[in-house]
Amino acid sequence: MLLTREKDGALASRTVRDGRTGQFRAAAIRLARRNPVAASGVLLLTLVVLLAVFAPLAGTVDPDAISPIHRLRSPSLEHWFGTDSVGRDLYSRIVYGTRVSLLIGFSVAVLSTGIGFLIGLLAGFNRLADALLMRIMDGLMAVPPILLAIALMALSGASVGNVIMAITIAEVPRVTRLVRSVVLTLRDQPFVEAAHAAGTRGWRILFIHILPNTVAPLIVQATYVCASAMIIEAILSFLGAGAPPTVPSWGNIIAEGRTLFLVAPYIVIVPSLFLSVTVLAVNLLGDGMRDALDPRLANRM
Amino acid sequence: MTASSAPLLEVEGLRKYFPLNDGWFSNSGRQVHAVDGVSFSIGYGETLGLVGESGCGKSTVGKVTLKLTDPTAGKIRLRGKDITGLSRGQMRHHRRDMQVIFQDPYSSLNPRMAAGDIVAEPLVNFNVAPRKEIPEQVAELFQRVGLRPEQASRYPHEFSGGQRQRLGIARALALRPSLILGDEPVSALDVSVQAQVINLLVDLQKEFNLSYLFIAHDLAVVQHISHRVAVMYLGKIVELADTKALFGNPLHPYTEALLAAVPKPVPVGRGAKRKRIILQGDVPSPVTPPSGCRFRTRCPHAFDQCKVEEPAFREIEPGHWAACHLRSPASKAGGMANPAVGEPSPTANG
Amino acid sequence: MTISSAGMQDAGPVAVETAEPVLRVRDLQTHFFTRDAVVRAVDGVSYEVARGETLGVVGESGCGKSISALSILRLIPSPPGRIVGGEIRFHDQNLLELPMSEMRALRGNRISMIFQDPMTSLNPVMTVGAQLGEALQLHQGLSRAEAEDQAAEMLKMVRISEPERRLREYPHQLSGGMRQRVMIAMALCCKPEVLIADEPTTALDVTVQAQILELINDLREKLGTAVVMITHDLGVVAETAQRVVVMYAGRKVEEALVEDLFDNALHPYTRGLMAAIPSHAPESGDGGRLAEIPGIVPSLGAAMTGCSFAPRCAHATEVCHNEYPPLEEARSRHTVACWHWREFAGDKARP
Repeated sequence: MLLTREKDGALASRTVRDGRTGQFRAAAIRLARRNPVAASGVLLLTLVVLLAVFAPLAGTVDPDAISPIHRLRSPSLEHWFGTDSVGRDLYSRIVYGTRVSLLIGFSVAVLSTGIGFLIGLLAGFNRLADALLMRIMDGLMAVPPILLAIALMALSGASVGNVIMAITIAEVPRVTRLVRSVVLTLRDQPFVEAAHAAGTRGWRILFIHILPNTVAPLIVQATYVCASAMIIEAILSFLGAGAPPTVPSWGNIIAEGRTLFLVAPYIVIVPSLFLSVTVLAVNLLGDGMRDALDPRLANRM
Repeated sequence: MTASSAPLLEVEGLRKYFPLNDGWFSNSGRQVHAVDGVSFSIGYGETLGLVGESGCGKSTVGKVTLKLTDPTAGKIRLRGKDITGLSRGQMRHHRRDMQVIFQDPYSSLNPRMAAGDIVAEPLVNFNVAPRKEIPEQVAELFQRVGLRPEQASRYPHEFSGGQRQRLGIARALALRPSLILGDEPVSALDVSVQAQVINLLVDLQKEFNLSYLFIAHDLAVVQHISHRVAVMYLGKIVELADTKALFGNPLHPYTEALLAAVPKPVPVGRGAKRKRIILQGDVPSPVTPPSGCRFRTRCPHAFDQCKVEEPAFREIEPGHWAACHLRSPASKAGGMANPAVGEPSPTANG
Repeated sequence: MTISSAGMQDAGPVAVETAEPVLRVRDLQTHFFTRDAVVRAVDGVSYEVARGETLGVVGESGCGKSISALSILRLIPSPPGRIVGGEIRFHDQNLLELPMSEMRALRGNRISMIFQDPMTSLNPVMTVGAQLGEALQLHQGLSRAEAEDQAAEMLKMVRISEPERRLREYPHQLSGGMRQRVMIAMALCCKPEVLIADEPTTALDVTVQAQILELINDLREKLGTAVVMITHDLGVVAETAQRVVVMYAGRKVEEALVEDLFDNALHPYTRGLMAAIPSHAPESGDGGRLAEIPGIVPSLGAAMTGCSFAPRCAHATEVCHNEYPPLEEARSRHTVACWHWREFAGDKARP
């Protein structure tokens, strides 16, 4: 950041505008210029989202339309990605599958972040709650997320909603841990003590001092949760414990294509590529956001 | 010294012990005796300097005095009123009278709050003025501490270390307190910036009749800014006197050693080696302080009584207090007006 | 190279007038290439140090003193940093031209460095003995047992009590002062010819600081090491150095023998620094104003014409803002970079 020296020697930044949103916009533009990798992640993700949102307009047909005469066709001009074992257009299924994956990914990210935030906040502030809650979280974390999700699905039955719930429960402990540690660190910071000394009441300290400083790491964590959720959903579906088979999720498509791999490898490969690219995009976005939101503190050289 | 009515702040027998977290349920019974019986007073418009090395408890004294953390024992009186037992809610009223300036200009300001909001926070908390007038008051505070009011919308990371410290001072000043605790307020600043901030503090004191409890480890700074100075060692005050008296005629061996240890910006003359008192060893643990006088393990003049009996904090000369058996008339080695500054006894303690 | 006996005298300044410099930094330039600007951390600095002598390098944060020291050992993180110019002569070799393998052979062996924070400079998961022994085994090819004996000897030399016990302890079990002694022991275990001390006592208490400085002085006398003492504390410089270099914004602004500097500082920055220190003497009362240097240290990324101190200097004139003053020899062994130094000659350093 080029610094200009004004007459009385005060440091001022030319490129940073006043106000928080102005700062964020400026930071984002700077980021795009100096970190093309992260910027490409944003771009990629935007494309995926657009694809999902405008699925009906993306040259698709009814993803559920069965047409046995056309089954297991290779990719052609008529069926861009070919057809599956019951003749459904793979391209359409994959594009509509984008919706499912994104829905699940984002929902899990939002829910687990929200719940984890509340629990982590409570744990960070109250020692008794901390002991109790963190032991529960430890217990949850002891079980591998996928097994946990499978167990929950077995209990609740197959539906997209249940998938979201199951994966959320599996991801909450990690978020809680993060929030708790951030809150614990912040509580000891001098500026919180200064707020106490200035007569700030408890809840104000929470909202004005603690909360804004947890947002940055939380957002970054949310993107990783999103990526993780999409993969877990794919695994669940692959194992048959995920979304119902009628729903065109990528995991389901891959599961269906498993036995036909030698005959029609594209049924497995293409959705896997889509999944990989989307997860990569989300991860790049997370890395980029971490860089954009944090180095304000690291700017002193 | 100003002899006007009761002092602004009186602290008596202050103790603060922290439980040691080394057991299954975080309490093994052992405690850190961070502050172990400290008494002093501060008058209006006066600066009391509190010096000592790391671990002596001076920061804790500051925090407990301002009731940022509750004392284990002792009394604190502000303007004659006993505030020791007050709850958080009851303390709020008194908060307006006692404020803090912290050491680290980087972490003492919320990085996500604009500078103006940081300074305005105390004003908002106490509804000092209607919302509309607050920016004006903030602007005035900015100018008082030498910052430009236009910078109120900037964020802390856009300011230099010295400027951030000025923001901290503006924040402390907002409620027009009578007492400001400065917990190493200039230690993290460069020398040239330090001078600016010290001058500012002195100016503000004169203008607002402020009292400072000035905690520092830099003796030269403390000497410059304080009217009286207290020296702490391992949780206790070992000497307390007017600045001139303390620096000119230190009565406690630890004070002597401290003064001698400070590297002075005056070059050693050719050939002549400066007389030094180099203390051997390190500061003992505050969990198990030595019996008797706590300084005896490093004191060049320690004798038998020092091991057995803790020296009382006595007024050796008018206004000049010290806790040392060498100075007490009843001690075996009493009568030594000023032990010679010489080589320490050859007990190497690590 | 003539090794004069001058290197073996006590901490008096007469010692090294005839000794050849062991280390010569000439016109060093170390720049950091960041996204927005090139930060010229060290911008043409020259100094030298002779055997058995302590050279004080003094300046505030951001002046480049630490970077210049790291450059000597080529420890600059690259990217974003790079030594772009100058040479560093150790005896007859230019260190900047040496291959890394030879640099590694020099580090800890013939040129050593100690840092400010002993806690982070010592490996927390290795015992003291292991760390000390590592350097010995590496550079002197000692066996483990021999290295352990040597290590115990070194701990004795730095006045740590119960050295055998300490060898088996971990850094976190030692106090700050002891850790710094261990660092000194590690730095000196191979009897280096040059010791670079980067703010070795800043993080320590005053009484421990006095012990450490005395220790460094004694070891310097005993081993004849050349010491580069980097600090922001003029008091430390006064008590340990024979010659002093003052740095500001990446350049050397003044260099002199230590008494000469304190008695007759010629650069406005040096004079300002000295006036800004609350003087530690019983006569000075409270309430008096400290002489301030207005403004702040300039950012090293912005391009600057003229003297880098001009914006803060009360005596700056037009030439000061337009052209950077060259280093001139004002007196014997006293150089200064200021257009107006003649106006200050003859005044006492402290007004």
